[in-house]
Amino acid sequence: MATAYALAAPRNLLKIAIVGHVDHGKSTLVGRLLNDTDSLPAGKVDAVAEMCKRRGMPFEWAFVTDALRAERDQGITIDASHIRFSDAVRDYVLIDAPGHREFLKNMISGAAGCDAALVVIDADEGVREQSRRHGYLLHLLGVRQIAVAVTKMDTVDFDAARFGRIESDFRRLLEELGIELSAIVPVSGRDGDNIATRSAKTPWYHGPTVLEAAAAFEPMPEPVELPLRIPVQDVYKFDTRRIIAGRVESGRISVGDEIVFSPSNHVVKVKSLEGWNKESPIAFAEAGEPVGITLEDQVFVERGELISHVAQAPMETNVFRARLFWLGDAPLAAGKRYTLKLGAIEAVVDVEKVERVVDTADLVAANTDAVPRDAVADVILRSSSMLALDPATVNPRTGRFVLADGYDIVGGGLIDMDGYPDQRALITQRATNITSVENTVTDQMRMARNGHRGGVLWFTGLSGAGKSTLAVELERRLFQKGYQVYVLDGDNLRGGLNANLGFSPEDRAENIRRVGEVAALFARAGFVVLTAFISPYRTDRERARDAVGNDQFHEVYVSASLDVCEGRDPKGLYQRARTGEIPDFTGISAPYETPEACEVELNTGKLDVPESMEKLVAYVEKHFPYDGDS
Amino acid sequence: MTPLDALESQSIYILREAHSRIDRLAMLWSLGKDSNVMVWLARKAFFGHVPFPVMHVDTEKKFPEMYDFRTRYAEEWNLKLTVRTCPPVEEMDPTLPPAARSAARKTAGLNGLIAEQQLTGVIAGIRRDEEGTRAKERVFSPRGEGNVWDFRNQPPEFWDQFRTDLPPGCHLRVHPLLHWSELDVWRYIKRENIPIVDLYYARDGKRYRSLGDKDITFPVDSNASTIDEIIAELETTDVAERSGRAMDHEAEDAFERLRVGGYM
Repeated sequence: MATAYALAAPRNLLKIAIVGHVDHGKSTLVGRLLNDTDSLPAGKVDAVAEMCKRRGMPFEWAFVTDALRAERDQGITIDASHIRFSDAVRDYVLIDAPGHREFLKNMISGAAGCDAALVVIDADEGVREQSRRHGYLLHLLGVRQIAVAVTKMDTVDFDAARFGRIESDFRRLLEELGIELSAIVPVSGRDGDNIATRSAKTPWYHGPTVLEAAAAFEPMPEPVELPLRIPVQDVYKFDTRRIIAGRVESGRISVGDEIVFSPSNHVVKVKSLEGWNKESPIAFAEAGEPVGITLEDQVFVERGELISHVAQAPMETNVFRARLFWLGDAPLAAGKRYTLKLGAIEAVVDVEKVERVVDTADLVAANTDAVPRDAVADVILRSSSMLALDPATVNPRTGRFVLADGYDIVGGGLIDMDGYPDQRALITQRATNITSVENTVTDQMRMARNGHRGGVLWFTGLSGAGKSTLAVELERRLFQKGYQVYVLDGDNLRGGLNANLGFSPEDRAENIRRVGEVAALFARAGFVVLTAFISPYRTDRERARDAVGNDQFHEVYVSASLDVCEGRDPKGLYQRARTGEIPDFTGISAPYETPEACEVELNTGKLDVPESMEKLVAYVEKHFPYDGDS
Repeated sequence: MTPLDALESQSIYILREAHSRIDRLAMLWSLGKDSNVMVWLARKAFFGHVPFPVMHVDTEKKFPEMYDFRTRYAEEWNLKLTVRTCPPVEEMDPTLPPAARSAARKTAGLNGLIAEQQLTGVIAGIRRDEEGTRAKERVFSPRGEGNVWDFRNQPPEFWDQFRTDLPPGCHLRVHPLLHWSELDVWRYIKRENIPIVDLYYARDGKRYRSLGDKDITFPVDSNASTIDEIIAELETTDVAERSGRAMDHEAEDAFERLRVGGYM
């Protein structure tokens, strides 16, 4: 039936996976369903008829769905194809998921994320290995509404007894998995029996047609009622705003909420929810919606952290049990190492143990150490880093993951935390222990002895801007005035602590991270630390600010222009960078990200060294005094 | 969430993943309705900014209205625009039918641009409902050596975990509109008030439903001169969207061959 519905009011879309064994008539069923609901473009049936005639074969409904020539030649569906049709109530997308064992990964790609599934079983062959496998995988993928079409009923003369046997076989299989069968329908694709219209050839059947069974499915609701979970997808600084970007996977977030980032455990308030082309400010966002969050206080967070409310935080662990389905050509085994992807987390995991392997075809569990392709297994995975997650039964969105081996995604799994502790408490305990050690000599006592506070002046700017010159001169002046002061630069760090680091982007980031940590220790020991590094990336400088503490960290932007710096070129580096001899040179072939909110800016193109010194010394005397009671 | 909100959310998620995971990323802007929606979604995803270059692979045979549109909105939307002119038709595979051979220029232009800019990711506005081979696509679709699409061996893609790592010499096509329909696109254009080229609106009983090169793109019969009328027309039509695109219909597999070779 063609449909006319309200203008500009899109209707709900229900996603149904059509799954079944090769040759069981899946594509034929889809082709027929499209035709009988008037969902095919004009001329499509004629074109297929013409093509069949040209190839000297009888008309095939399956060709309507199997668009690729390669498929037509082989007669099997290669990939999940997405096809739309409508009834009077809503729109549907049929995801034609292939049944052939070779293409299981395509079946999974098609069926994951569907609201429901229609499993196709051949009346002549009955429930076979592949049907069992598909039932089991649908269960693991989280598809809970399943109906069955028993196809090719014409080849068994619409035999009620045969249909009854298939029904009881498959119903029993799903019951073992805890799934209730929504409907099971006897159909014939060739004549359209019980697909869109009730067939006169099955007077013994009183259930729904395929179309009616589809209409009875419900869309899967977004988990608004579950606790808040937002994986941090990215942090943006395109303008003056620092926006944490992500998608609400469950629950709801509102402006003013106190949220915690796991596993870093930063607790901070939501200042605003940002949007673009919105009529009014956003007050809250719910499961399924994209968000951009700004925070009341600046804390250093990265992609991969999980946002929640403080009261209902996720578990933190570096070890968990998982039930996983394996798609890799090489078997999974204890001792192997993979990349875990869970929400926005990427972490290296080792397979600690294979507990049991289930053959999805006969559903028999076996004790073996290796998990072959297409099998399902219970395994223990251990990560080198702390992970924030939920058991899959508690929150499906944050309780599922995939594994990658090299470039390839090779499996998916559901997390089971039975018997494993939440390690959040352990982490907090350790932090407390460390603080108590420092308590005997307090910051107060150090300040009293030194006569000033500790802290960091972080000089940043292009090569040749004058960072080291200013830092060394400032060190001399402050030392003369009785300050505990020390310069950290490439010379004293790269020679020892950072001797193992080169100049790749990763090594540079690690270099700056260590500088930040060392500066933090010196500052805590009461020193005024002067660091002189190009430190071109805001992210790196912010991480250093976070390590030191915002009130002790003072960013000094030495802002001479590229022309001025290149004109000075004291070490001849710019010249070598211009000829390409030095790759990734800041300002020439690598970016310098200007500070957004530095505490001090010195344009050494305009100020000479004494003028700069005057400003710096005045700044230190204003911000580092010890006045006896603070 | 409304159905349009759900589509928008999924597209934003995909664009943010691409921006986060792919180093050398660019977006294709064909000046058609879908790619305008795509640029718009990027501005939503990145809060008013488009953080990657926007590329027009130019056959120099587009309609004049399209070039005017490009000039105006590249500036208004603050896009980092790169225009790349395609090589001449004489350099294309002579075994392709004429219109497909002409369309292959676009593939050659794009492949040249990918090599020259060393791109590891290209965002393209294709949709599953447009055409059979596009229905088979992944959201993050790897292209191997020589930019070939190996549709028989595509990576698994589920639970919004995409394959984002590739060996050197390969790149990813990212398809943020894959799950949209033609009607969804028009409803979204209406809701968001997104500018489009006037050629989509009927004049003298004809309008363009899909915009390509002017010599191989033909208008369809229509009196739809507003977005509402276009939506009403699409709700009842049974004419395929790309019926006016000659290269799709010359031979059974012409479009499939174009796509395997790197066409969008």
